[in-house]
Amino acid sequence: MPTQTDQEIIDSLIANKIRFVTSVPCKQLSGVIELVERTDSLLHVPCNKEDEGMGLCAGAYLGGMQPCIIMQNTALGVVVNSLATLIQFYHFPLPMLISYRGEPGEKVACQVEMALHTKAILNQLHIPYYHFSEPAQVNRLSSILAHAQMSRKPVAILADAAFWSSAQ
Amino acid sequence: MIRYQLLEELVPVLQGQLVVCNIGSPSQELYALLDQPSNFYMLGTMGLCSSIGFGLALAQDKTVIAIDGDGSVLTNLATLSTIGNNRADNFILLIVDNGSYGSTGDQPTYAGDRTSLAKVAEACGCGNVVEVAASMTADALRSAIAAGEQTVIVAKCESGNVDVPVIELDPIVIAERFAAAVREPVSR
Repeated sequence: MPTQTDQEIIDSLIANKIRFVTSVPCKQLSGVIELVERTDSLLHVPCNKEDEGMGLCAGAYLGGMQPCIIMQNTALGVVVNSLATLIQFYHFPLPMLISYRGEPGEKVACQVEMALHTKAILNQLHIPYYHFSEPAQVNRLSSILAHAQMSRKPVAILADAAFWSSAQ
Repeated sequence: MIRYQLLEELVPVLQGQLVVCNIGSPSQELYALLDQPSNFYMLGTMGLCSSIGFGLALAQDKTVIAIDGDGSVLTNLATLSTIGNNRADNFILLIVDNGSYGSTGDQPTYAGDRTSLAKVAEACGCGNVVEVAASMTADALRSAIAAGEQTVIVAKCESGNVDVPVIELDPIVIAERFAAAVREPVSR
């Protein structure tokens, strides 16, 4: 069931004229993805893998739609080349709404492994990230999306277990 | 017929069209044969040509021709199911299937052996999948543009490259002039 926080995320996407959304599911993202699918002004095209999703987003941007990708932090192990040689090389804006698995509150031990690398990979790629650990921080999302679009860069929103579990 | 000769025959068909072209030799050969603002050259990121082209087709109404290769499609095979399940009738995927990784020294791909990309595309839900000989590709592409239906063309050609220069355009220039060509009103 989508929460009020999920709805606030959707409202921020719409407020920043995002029209194209691709996603790879995560349990924590299920509410947001359900709302994306239901929202008429958002074209939702689920992808099979996140690098494919970045290709779709690049194309959509060239076609005049502001894109957003929704994915899990494990995906950062997949998309380094796409971020460097497509999104960054061609100066495409790409907000990445990321469920930050493997932080305290995590129940699956394996998720901790990629959590250890998440910020390191983003730092290595010079991608700014914003770590959300409580629902009130969602009020920063709109300005982060605007920042990605203004600077034509990828940005990461890392929303951890505490953020999703206390969302109302 | 090798890829370069195939692309040479496509030149009159590609003129004025939005073209997303695969990394390496395909983009370099197209650049040598027909440079136009409505060509998006991939300078890196093997495998994403079909996905970029499809995202573009979904986002706007003009016809989009993605020129991909068999090796690159194998790298990102699952995107065929995205294409097969989200119809965009302005999207044409042209897979130049020479059974080899042309840009890296013509190492064989599995598409040149037992794997049929046309059958994979069909199994992924893509409609209007045609496999053609290299010499029939221009006709197949013309028909696909005229039909205005999502089409996948697998063009079987021989392995081999010609010596053409690398693309020296700045990626931001490629993207900017391409986006401007996308926005240009249709004159026909």
